[in-house]
Amino acid sequence: MAFFLLILLLLLLGEKLAPYPPNDVDMSLRLQPLSAQHLLGTDHLGRDILSRILAGAHTTVGVSLSALFACLAVGVPLGLIAGYAGGRLDWSIMRLVDASMMFPDYIVAIVLSGILGAGTFNLIIAIVAVKWFGYARLVRSIVMAEKSKEYIASARLSGRSAAAILYHHLIPHVASSVSALAVVDIGKIILMIASLSYIGLGIQPPNAEWGSMLNEGRSFFISAPYLMIVPGAAILMVVLLVNVFGAAFADRFDTSTQKEG
Amino acid sequence: MNRLKRKLLETVAFLFLLTVISFFLIKLAPGDPVRNILGAEDLVVTQAQIDELRKEMGLDQPLYLQYAHWFGKLTQLDLGKSITTHRDVVTEIVRVVPATLTLALSSLLVMSVIAFPLGILSALYRGSLVDKFANVFSLFGTSIPGFWLGLILIDLFAVRLGWLPTMGIGKISHLVLPSLTLGISMAPPYIRLLRASLIESMQKDYIRAARARGIGPVHIFFFHILRDSLLPVLTLFGVSLGSLLGGTVITEVLFGYPGLGSLAVTALLKKDYAVVQGFLLFMGIIAFAVNSLMDQFYRLANPAISIKEVEQR
Repeated sequence: MAFFLLILLLLLLGEKLAPYPPNDVDMSLRLQPLSAQHLLGTDHLGRDILSRILAGAHTTVGVSLSALFACLAVGVPLGLIAGYAGGRLDWSIMRLVDASMMFPDYIVAIVLSGILGAGTFNLIIAIVAVKWFGYARLVRSIVMAEKSKEYIASARLSGRSAAAILYHHLIPHVASSVSALAVVDIGKIILMIASLSYIGLGIQPPNAEWGSMLNEGRSFFISAPYLMIVPGAAILMVVLLVNVFGAAFADRFDTSTQKEG
Repeated sequence: MNRLKRKLLETVAFLFLLTVISFFLIKLAPGDPVRNILGAEDLVVTQAQIDELRKEMGLDQPLYLQYAHWFGKLTQLDLGKSITTHRDVVTEIVRVVPATLTLALSSLLVMSVIAFPLGILSALYRGSLVDKFANVFSLFGTSIPGFWLGLILIDLFAVRLGWLPTMGIGKISHLVLPSLTLGISMAPPYIRLLRASLIESMQKDYIRAARARGIGPVHIFFFHILRDSLLPVLTLFGVSLGSLLGGTVITEVLFGYPGLGSLAVTALLKKDYAVVQGFLLFMGIIAFAVNSLMDQFYRLANPAISIKEVEQR
């Protein structure tokens, strides 16, 4: 637990802790092994790896979180509308969901980020395109189940507007399930972004990002294995942290619903 | 009959939507496609040449006409030519499909070899060392970036130990590392699901009844418990097809394996969009076909579904 808190702290502080500017090239210091000056060594351009990992934490985790919130911003309202309004609006939204589910997620993410061109914003669009509908479907199904219950009917009879019912009754109801899904998704999104950056379609050099660091360092792995080990281990640790946290969250969520029921 | 008609309608709607998406997705690309094609050949071009090619390719027409034209050619399996290799896109794709299929199947094999023993043993011996190992394995398997696992395997077994080739295609040895990479990343959900559904099946009444009738534990396990638990596994297979197909793309690029994924990523980086369209169409059709097949299997294995559907009507 203390270990996890330490990682969390490192993630939050990120670049501020970096001992060197992460994009500073110094060819006289290239491919230095681990030392007191460069705790994790230097890469093929003489950049300090520790600094780049810390800066990359902000990029990888920051972009992943932005992508997740963008998915929520698209998926949750559409799910609420589809579930509550029903009828034609529901039909149209669900066909949009069907269309998004037609291709395997990685395929769409790869093709979209390839077509739109590399860059953080396009990367987020690509992630939203493959992840939004999970939230829309989840929210829709919960809203449809809740809508037919008596307290919603009495709220409607007492003259509350649709917006007020959504805001006061339905959104609180979907919040816990949505956050449970979000906790599961964030690890997947981090892995997706790192993979896309690794094959050259995500975040581009010289920006420090863990996936693209692995891509850049690839030809030097034999002489400098830490170039390979460090960024990958960083991704592994963060995703592991998220997944362990997610499992604990899911357990807690489960028991609380059991108590209620 | 009714179901068949509905399925047919669904398939037609799907294919139409698939062609629409594959066509229009490419139009999102920034920049002028004509300049892009001429640029790929490294020639100095005049505005007159650009206009001429634009007209020749029909790009001066409105989008819906372009789509109709493209669709007409597609019905004759003509997707145009790749701008980098100048070869027919359909031929290019058909040429690399066997390689990708081989990789996908061998990865599934690796996945099964890992997931079935671990899933079954951890369900049979709950709380044991095997169970704990399976749990830790699943956690790491879902958290490790697949491409990084591949890099480590290459570094260890190909570069340092020299046991296996780093990249390429042709022999079985070329398949070992890519399928291990993909198989290990795919195994965790199967292990978890198999364990959970086995444990659930074991506690069902008819298992206790079978035991009471004096049927041997081995027979009960294979013919009652395992059979019952395979259904959810089948469903998961349909769901995880996406990670298999997407995984082959990343793995192929990583290992320089000349399959569909390598073809698509190269095409994307070179803006060779006719190839990308072909890739999208192909992947969409495969995903649809496998999901329909799984649905069919599921109905065969569990007749209760079809009966419920009829009752609901």
